[in-house]
Amino acid sequence: MTEALSLIPKAEARQSMKDFKSDQEVRWCPGCGDYAILAAVQGFMPELGLAKENIVFVSGIGCSSRFPYYMNTYGMHSIHGRAPAIATGLSTSRRDLSVWVVTGDGDALSIGGNHLIHALRRNVNLKILLFNNRIYGLTKGQYSPTSEVGKITKSTPMGSLDAPFNPVSLAIGAEATFVARTIDSDRKHLTQVLREAADHPGTALVEIYQNCNIFNDGAFEALKDKERAQEAVIRLEHGQPILFGADNAKGVVRDPLTGDLSVVAVTEENQSRILVHDAHNPSPTTAFALSRLADPDTLHHTPIGVLRSVERPVYDTLMAEQLDSAVEQQGKGDLGALLAGNDTWTVAG
Amino acid sequence: MTSQVSSPAEHADEADGADEALVGEQRGPAAGAETGPKEVRRLDRVIIRFAGDSGDGMQLTGDRFTSETASFGNDLSTLPNFPAEIRAPAGTLPGVSSFQLHFADHDILTPGDAPDVLVAMNPAALKANLADVPHGGEIIVNTDEFAKRAMAKVGYTTSPLDDGTLDAYRVHPVPLTTLTVEALKDFGLTRKEAERSKNMFALGLLSWMYHRPTEGTEKFLRTKFAKKPHIAEANITAYRAGWNFGETTEDFAVSYEVAPATSAFPTGTYRNISGNLALSYGLIAAARQSELPLYLGSYPITPASDILHELSRHKNFGIRTFQAEDEIAGIGAALGAAFGGSLAVTTTSGPGVALKSEAIGLAVSLELPLLIVDIQRGGPSTGLPTKTEQADLLQAMYGRNGEAPVPVVAPMTPGDCFDAAVEAARIALAYRTPVFLLSDGYLANGSEPWRVPETETLPDLRVQFATGPNHTEADGTEVFWPYKRDPETLARPWAVPGTPGLEHRIGGIEKQDGTGNISYDPANHEHMVRTRQAKIDNIRVPDLEVDDPDGATTLVLGWGSTYGPITAAVRRLRAEGVPIAQAHLRHLNPFPANLGTLLAHYRRVIVPEMNLGQLSALLRAKYLVDTHSHTQVNGMPFKAAQLATALKEAIHD
Repeated sequence: MTEALSLIPKAEARQSMKDFKSDQEVRWCPGCGDYAILAAVQGFMPELGLAKENIVFVSGIGCSSRFPYYMNTYGMHSIHGRAPAIATGLSTSRRDLSVWVVTGDGDALSIGGNHLIHALRRNVNLKILLFNNRIYGLTKGQYSPTSEVGKITKSTPMGSLDAPFNPVSLAIGAEATFVARTIDSDRKHLTQVLREAADHPGTALVEIYQNCNIFNDGAFEALKDKERAQEAVIRLEHGQPILFGADNAKGVVRDPLTGDLSVVAVTEENQSRILVHDAHNPSPTTAFALSRLADPDTLHHTPIGVLRSVERPVYDTLMAEQLDSAVEQQGKGDLGALLAGNDTWTVAG
Repeated sequence: MTSQVSSPAEHADEADGADEALVGEQRGPAAGAETGPKEVRRLDRVIIRFAGDSGDGMQLTGDRFTSETASFGNDLSTLPNFPAEIRAPAGTLPGVSSFQLHFADHDILTPGDAPDVLVAMNPAALKANLADVPHGGEIIVNTDEFAKRAMAKVGYTTSPLDDGTLDAYRVHPVPLTTLTVEALKDFGLTRKEAERSKNMFALGLLSWMYHRPTEGTEKFLRTKFAKKPHIAEANITAYRAGWNFGETTEDFAVSYEVAPATSAFPTGTYRNISGNLALSYGLIAAARQSELPLYLGSYPITPASDILHELSRHKNFGIRTFQAEDEIAGIGAALGAAFGGSLAVTTTSGPGVALKSEAIGLAVSLELPLLIVDIQRGGPSTGLPTKTEQADLLQAMYGRNGEAPVPVVAPMTPGDCFDAAVEAARIALAYRTPVFLLSDGYLANGSEPWRVPETETLPDLRVQFATGPNHTEADGTEVFWPYKRDPETLARPWAVPGTPGLEHRIGGIEKQDGTGNISYDPANHEHMVRTRQAKIDNIRVPDLEVDDPDGATTLVLGWGSTYGPITAAVRRLRAEGVPIAQAHLRHLNPFPANLGTLLAHYRRVIVPEMNLGQLSALLRAKYLVDTHSHTQVNGMPFKAAQLATALKEAIHD
């Protein structure tokens, strides 16, 4: 059990997936990728063995942000983009809670971009699930900050002009201590990543590629179609050489001149130079370089898995420690003494 | 000391021509008094204004004089006035910083309209403040700074010290800089370093003139410069040199005594306090009285930042202060903490409120307790960050999408910020609602003597968190309904995470009353909108008291920080035999239940405000009374004399 979970009360009885389903009817469009993620989260929660009443899901606005209504835990469906800020207040004031943020690409990266990066740099004890479908779904199909350049949508009939964010690159740049990427349709991988995120002390950002079958169907098909995925997806595993493709024929090497990473066909000659993934490397440089391998248009060479997982003091803990040391240094606060201060005079009757 | 509205107006506060009585006593401290013992006169009140460059330390000088005056037992009221720039260009008019202090042997209400004494540290300070000094007033001027260039910078082509500009005043030309440098010549400081102590020289001189105690300031300097004892001693030497200069120079032939205001103060222990400090203490007290941890989510903004600074110093009370990335995150974090069971607060000023509006609406919808502290400043937009105004009233009332009623509480004086904070917390906790606390720059930075409350007299603010199911389904199942209301207060249960069996989801989407489940049902929305409004409308607030000793036909009604000037103006009118009734609103939403009847009782209702008539508009809309709105938006508090004239004109209108 890591520090992240040590202060959270444990469940008394064995839990099942059913315990985490609320009585509310799920109202996403049929075929939405959110269903798979919901099922994965509800299915994995019992593994944590935490008291259900000490788990809280906080969301913003968007399709994904309806998530808390379907979890039989405490939850708040807040306002657009602000979930990380609200969750920060909750987490820093209640260290006995496991606080999860559910957000989307518009919610987290557009209107709420500021809160996201600041939560990451502070390392608040939050688990942030960013459902990225590269489109605005709830407002019916405008381009999002992760949409590819030139995307034709209702608001961009001649194609979007904006260069997209790569959420993983952004998070690494924002001093995140845990950054991972996974895919809605890969239940096993998704669950494994959630498990590692839950165990992480501090902010964990998990980008989940999620299909919007109404407004951006097939956005991640390159990563899902069995044949194409083999060549497109780079599965990262800590301590393992970064190989992918049919028969692991492709690998990632570092250019000794520039330090940059590139994909090569594995040969006997370059085999020894294949990069071994080190998620715990204190320097974010290589994790960032890995995040840049993906082509934003074709999604070729998209790394999935835990790109970065390092330990840094948790904001909530630091805040609590300051309170403790203030009591040690000054004694427990005495209201009467505080109100009187040092400069009083008395008026006698 | 600010008395209650209902107290009799014993003094014609700030009437022209303070009593000046020759006192038989003479004094002469240890300092060699070659000129012989000097005359001492007794005054009932004095208004002093220290004015200099932003970098001259005028605020510190004023603060020290205030502390000395408070510990001496005078009643007092202060008005710091400074530019928004940290160090505005030296020697310019916009860079002038001033501190006005009114102290008396009786109960006073305002920092005073016009200074009796102006201390001008440079030509800019003289020029910027001279018009406020009535003829015959005393001016102590630092002659060293009146070089041609410095004078030209503010448009003096000839020296005001000898071209007749100051003929109507009693002028004390003092080479303050030279004297300070001379006094510190043995300290081995550069001239520039030594010059910095000239404010302490001026403070010493004024302390001599008004018989202020000196121990406090010497102790303060030793503490402030504990790590630089050399600088502490230099400042103390300059301070003493100023005192001795007054004592020995013939130019200062008279000193003045203002006796302690013993009869103005009810029995008790007193201290001097500013509005922001009192407000911070009120929040800490409310946390203790509710037995909840205090959580502040805030973003720095003038003039509210001092509350963030103050609360962050008291972590040993279990207070968490979170300096957020922006205004929205400040309130967001506070709201998250409120969900978790903290007494949650966000502090800001008008521009910050604008940014927080959506989150305030969420708090209304979530029905969670939350304090929104707005230290109002001049607007719109960035406006006048360091000046005062009351123009956020309608923003607090209505500045949100949808029907989103929020209670509004406004303190009347610096010391009252304590009680208003406790009252705002009471409403927030009892009714599970966000509450606005509307202070302003004048209250925030101004100070007055404050009777330290005994902690056992503070109200009990404890609340019960929900602990179990509160509803039985048709099939007999016991369930928890997050929106099942208390029939009397209409407050919903506060079920904090960590409570087993009460897992529930809340959000900004309309929800079914009772279950809290998402609902788009038209009838339910109608019901919820009206219920949220009814909850706020039915908040119990004390009836409004009227001070009307003469059975007047005109009522003057104010709110917030105008209490001091309005009361002072009312005293003036009554001293002249003009009957006028006075009442002051602390609760602006909901209004006191008796307000309508009370307004109907008077033939004329005058509403002075530091905005363009916002309270007046609310009163007209709700009670259909033809209020007479008297407004001022110059970034400064009302002057009692001008307000008295305006009231008189309105009465005879």
